[in-house]
Amino acid sequence: MDNYLLAEQFVGKKAKELFDISGVKTRHVSAKGVLGSDLAISALELLQKEYPKFSLSEIDFLIVSTLVLDYNSPTTASVLHHKLGLSSACGTIDLPQGCSGFLYSLSVAEAMISAGNARNVLILLGEVPTKAIHSDDMVLRSIFGDAGAAIVVSENNTKSIGKFTFATFGDGFDFLKVERGGGRNPIDEAWIKKYSDQENQLSFGRIEMNGLEVLRFALKEIPGFLEQTLVKNGLTISDIDFFIFHQASAMILKSLQRKCNIPEHKFISNFEEVGNTVSCSIPIALKKASALGNFKKGDKIVLLGFGIGFSCIGTVIEW
Amino acid sequence: MEIDDFITAIEEEFDDLNPGDVSPNSVFRDMEGWSSMHALIFVALIDSKYDVLLTGDELKSCVTINDLFDITLLKINGGGANT
Repeated sequence: MDNYLLAEQFVGKKAKELFDISGVKTRHVSAKGVLGSDLAISALELLQKEYPKFSLSEIDFLIVSTLVLDYNSPTTASVLHHKLGLSSACGTIDLPQGCSGFLYSLSVAEAMISAGNARNVLILLGEVPTKAIHSDDMVLRSIFGDAGAAIVVSENNTKSIGKFTFATFGDGFDFLKVERGGGRNPIDEAWIKKYSDQENQLSFGRIEMNGLEVLRFALKEIPGFLEQTLVKNGLTISDIDFFIFHQASAMILKSLQRKCNIPEHKFISNFEEVGNTVSCSIPIALKKASALGNFKKGDKIVLLGFGIGFSCIGTVIEW
Repeated sequence: MEIDDFITAIEEEFDDLNPGDVSPNSVFRDMEGWSSMHALIFVALIDSKYDVLLTGDELKSCVTINDLFDITLLKINGGGANT
């Protein structure tokens, strides 16, 4: 959905104004009934087309990250295990870590393989944030987009994954959240009545964001966290060829690039094209930059995820 | 730190502003097309240029550009909440 189409839904708004507040030109909005797990499967199908020798029978561990689960229980990973016909010897786990979800999944995959507990780990990511945004919320509708991603981590490529750093600032849990739908804040009759005019009655809950506190968290914590990630990997900022941060918002990315003194040509962003796709944002940016031929063998790339929680996770990979 | 530099930085940050559009007495919430996102741009700009991270309450207490300048200066000099 481009800004022209989106602007039609807000009286008096122009496409340029939506770009000015969000920094996004287009974002994907999934059809009614499509969940994150469906987008993850679509991404897996693309992966299978690109790598025809890859066989699902080789997968012995499945990690799924999505904020809109198929069911509260069992795990969406179990549901996808069945849909994909994976081996009964395959382990499954959900890691619904929001915007940090990909790197959390990657860290677990790397650990499982390094410990000898798995050989080929499939990571499936699928996000449908547009289904949990109120139709009148112009800022969030401008920023977020739906997406899926599929990644295979195998024994032969874990050596290119560096050490991970983790951080959690739980005191920020209330500043970015999906309101309602949990055990402590169940959807009730009043909620259903209040949102009866919404296409899906916000039955997956509603994303609520305190933009100022999210920005303050990023500006306060991420520069130091980047430094910790570099130190843990025995590197300095000048050793790094490219940086891919979670594509949170155009303003956060621009501010962090400035604050961390990262040269523009090393700072990869495709935020304009897809918006904030939650856990899928880093793999999509990585894939698009790779497709453009931006990387050469041996390049060192910092991957840094941060978001809901608040959580942070970082590592360095070698291309 | 001079208020003229502060104003120049603000005018450079917003595409729709031209030199001379902003004065110390400008009420920033009266800027054309003002939204909550503009407030975030102020916070990010002040952080990157002066290494001062304003809180929501501090931002709410400001009305004019001069108020923003004063609170930034206060925090540079060690006053206000150090967060």
